[in-house]
Amino acid sequence: MELAVFVLFGLAALVSAALVVAHRNPVYATMSLVVTLVSTAVLFVLLGSPFLAALQILLYTGAILVLFLFVIMLLNIGRERSSGARSPAQTWSAVILALLLAGSLGRLVWDAHKDSEAPPLDATFVSLRGLSEQLFSSYLLPFELIGLLLLVAVVAASWLARRHEEDEPEVAAPSPEDRP
Amino acid sequence: MSPETVATLAKIGVWLTALLSVAPAMLWFERRIPAFMQDRLGPNRVGPLGLLQGIADAVKFIFKEEFTPANADRPLFLLAPVLALIPALTTYLVIPFGPEVVIGGHSTKLVVIDSDSGVLLFLALASLGVYSLVLAGYSSNNKYSLMGSIRASAQMVSYELALTTAVVCALIPAGTLNLAEVVDYQRAHLWQAISQPIGMLVFLVAAFAETNRLPFDLPEAESELVAGYLTEYGGLRWAMFFMGEYMSMTTLSALFVTLYFGGWSLPFVDFSGLSGLVQALIGFTVLAAKIAAMLFLFVWVRWTFPRFRYDQLMRLGWKALLPLAVLQLVATAALTVGGVL
Repeated sequence: MELAVFVLFGLAALVSAALVVAHRNPVYATMSLVVTLVSTAVLFVLLGSPFLAALQILLYTGAILVLFLFVIMLLNIGRERSSGARSPAQTWSAVILALLLAGSLGRLVWDAHKDSEAPPLDATFVSLRGLSEQLFSSYLLPFELIGLLLLVAVVAASWLARRHEEDEPEVAAPSPEDRP
Repeated sequence: MSPETVATLAKIGVWLTALLSVAPAMLWFERRIPAFMQDRLGPNRVGPLGLLQGIADAVKFIFKEEFTPANADRPLFLLAPVLALIPALTTYLVIPFGPEVVIGGHSTKLVVIDSDSGVLLFLALASLGVYSLVLAGYSSNNKYSLMGSIRASAQMVSYELALTTAVVCALIPAGTLNLAEVVDYQRAHLWQAISQPIGMLVFLVAAFAETNRLPFDLPEAESELVAGYLTEYGGLRWAMFFMGEYMSMTTLSALFVTLYFGGWSLPFVDFSGLSGLVQALIGFTVLAAKIAAMLFLFVWVRWTFPRFRYDQLMRLGWKALLPLAVLQLVATAALTVGGVL
């Protein structure tokens, strides 16, 4: 049962991840990313952490990807057309970087499994209480810094969104006499 | 099958039966209650008191022509109504409807998923509901649909913040994300509607916005947008959106009464001496009665308040509800640390 669920959602995650890159329609690509993230959330549940699964769905699929779709719809981005402007240097650097990433990830997995079965993760560590205790004791400084970073981003975004009257004078509304 | 599997299937069966009968029941309430409020009769021809009107409507939906616009994005157009049912058919899993009882020699907790992150699972699954609205609007290839779904996504993401903050407030005194323990806390203390009135109000208002009900039904405002993201839908596909909306209202009401009104428990009454099956029956009936009261409130408000303007909606969400929720958060945290709650 567990194996069947793992294979099903593992495959779904891989196929949909490939579709994110390959699909030419941005809405379909975004929906594939939704499938990828939900499938990995199911894998988190299998690993014994429904907390991480819930957070993943809540934050990524529930909020961030909705904003992706929102922007795609607002800008009305159509199908991607091949522009033909891709230089060989771009292609090759992408291939080399992808191989490097795959190699280092493979190395990590290999190292973990080389000698023996990987030890099971401590259940108290991935539990809600264990995770929060770690977060608010050992990792308090990084946690606060990330919070600060997000605050800076919010301030910057609201500053950018604000209308700057001194820069661009508002167009005066037409008075009733101007109307034909 | 093991007894655990049987118990789980039975619990899911109880929930699904109740949830699937909500839509036809609400169809009747949504016409008879406003008729009563406006001193008219409402539909009373089909069956006694018009009770079979829901069945007549279902037959109509089934036999209506399934229509897909020529320029619609067909796969997404067909997918959207199905997605509308996902939160409705999954979120009830973490709502408790009774204590731990012994039935037929087996001890079981009257909740389908007894998880330490129960509330988060609820919120996560509920947040997937926005995709059906967004995709419905996009795939219809129609400006009214698109406007409706852009409004819907902005509205739901905005109000989710206030709603989630209010939920956090309700969890602090009990110190858990497990809804069964939140109910236990309220049995030992007070209903949280009394100890956290601001958080309760914020949740209530945000729940109206999250389910796209009047006065916040801007995404389908018929005077401006024909029917918003539902414009191109008819027949059974429209009925799926309709059922999804009513079932989401029900599950969100269930979360609301569980967090603020004691869930399945009644104050000052203790059933723990009764047999397991009776306890389960009483628990489910009490929860269903509280949810029904909430659904009545939904209908009542719909026929009482006019629709908001879009900028008013956004201002209310960001400048009133969110600060109020944060205020409640600080107050609750201080009171809990101070040992008052």
